[in-house]
Amino acid sequence: MLCCICKEKEAKVHLTQIVGEKMQKVDLCEECAKHKGVNDPAGFSLADLLLGLGASQEMEQAAGGPEIKCPGCGFTQADFKKAGRLGCSECYVTFADGLEALLKSMHKGTKHVGKIPQALQQSRDLSEKLKSLQKKLDKAVAEEDFEQAAVVRDEMKVMKDKLGDLATP
Amino acid sequence: MSIHEFLVSPAEMARREGPHNRIVMSSRVRLARNLKGLAFPGWAKKVERIKALEMIRPAVEALPQLGGAFSQSMDNMTVLEKNILVERHLISREHAAKTAGSGLVFNREESLCVMINEEDHLRMQALRPGLQLKQAWATIDQIDSKLEKRLEYAFSTNLGYLTACPTNLGTGIRVSAMLHLPGLVLAEQINQIIQAVNKLGLAVRGLYGEGTEALGNVFQVSNQMTLGESEADIVEKLNKVLSQIIEHEENSRSTLVEKKPKAVYNHIGRAYGTLANAHSISSKETMNLLSMMRLGVDLGLFPDLERWLVDELFIVTQPAHLQKLHSEKLSAEERDLLRADMLRERLRDVKRPKPRPNAPTMLPEKSSN
Repeated sequence: MLCCICKEKEAKVHLTQIVGEKMQKVDLCEECAKHKGVNDPAGFSLADLLLGLGASQEMEQAAGGPEIKCPGCGFTQADFKKAGRLGCSECYVTFADGLEALLKSMHKGTKHVGKIPQALQQSRDLSEKLKSLQKKLDKAVAEEDFEQAAVVRDEMKVMKDKLGDLATP
Repeated sequence: MSIHEFLVSPAEMARREGPHNRIVMSSRVRLARNLKGLAFPGWAKKVERIKALEMIRPAVEALPQLGGAFSQSMDNMTVLEKNILVERHLISREHAAKTAGSGLVFNREESLCVMINEEDHLRMQALRPGLQLKQAWATIDQIDSKLEKRLEYAFSTNLGYLTACPTNLGTGIRVSAMLHLPGLVLAEQINQIIQAVNKLGLAVRGLYGEGTEALGNVFQVSNQMTLGESEADIVEKLNKVLSQIIEHEENSRSTLVEKKPKAVYNHIGRAYGTLANAHSISSKETMNLLSMMRLGVDLGLFPDLERWLVDELFIVTQPAHLQKLHSEKLSAEERDLLRADMLRERLRDVKRPKPRPNAPTMLPEKSSN
């Protein structure tokens, strides 16, 4: 049996991993196994490895061929197939279509839940507040309550300044 | 300062106590983070990696929690030093293979460790003895919150923290515990447990040794999924699963002693016999036999032996730690001889295991006779 990465040498390392109901198998030659860090049980996951092998096909199909290239870093589908890793954070936008099915099969969901950077959280909170203030302003104008409208407008100005400060640290 | 002077002594390390440390050897929470606008380390050119290292390292060193830390670029460390850090579980083998453009910062207690330019720009981890996942998460969460004020992370509202490998996407968190499970292995129940744990979306790996082979009956349980689940939920899930594994391990130990005492005492007695008398012994055999001695301590068969001594031997009999004690380069065969010498010496005053048929299986930490 040939190694499923280099497809040149005899496969000597055979791995099986069962996650949930799915069984996954990989056969590697010694060199590729070493290169992929199979000897490091703390850092190694078969899922990572399979990712580079099976998933890139899915990505190729979804993204319309192997020619797609990340404008941020020049990373291509072929590179992903080889490395099982992406080139930069922009790759997630470039290869978004192909990645979605992959993420679905790999994770609990496809939308992030949990910690977000504090600065982002603050600007998100401010944007929310701005939206509700805008509504208040519209209402005040519609009711010709210009005194109230002026108060709300000033409040909004303070928020917008804060938002601007956050954007330029 | 050399890393050897900086590192906590194995004896001190082994003496650290934590909840459930009969079974849970240590807890770890790791976060993966990347900087915005820079290629991931595996794809970045050397110049870019160095640039990232120069941005990250001062920010990490400035953290109060890492005051007086050991901080070094990976090209300034010898292979032996790196291997010792791998054996201490402070860095991954992948990181040990890195050279210029990668770095490492860890604190004096070895409870916080930041790998720079491993697979991601930042891999930061908090380590604790025993079962302390929540505490480990709280610690690393704080570090992360401080760092995000100085470094701009690659983050997407939909996908969370962006990582080089999509398996870490979202929270970028890996929560794991190292478990000593000789009871489940001897009772041949370990595979059932592993399958059940896998079904919950968690991974089980052998911690020492290659692939999934579990040397010394030490297993690592960790989460696999990082997207679509909050950090707190992941920690909670691990805690629940771990407390069940602990219960199963305790049960199988009690059952073994009750139903097959001779088989258990035979394993432990033979392990002691070999370790205390061998003149050549491999690292692999040592791990497996030390595991039996550790079980013997837990079962009260070695009244005058404390668990930390066994745990210390787990650390110091590993190849790089053994090599460190000798100035000349040792071959594997030479290491086997020296390892056996060390074990005979350290176990010289340990009395042979005494089966206590009527003794309870859960003895207090220390016996007074």
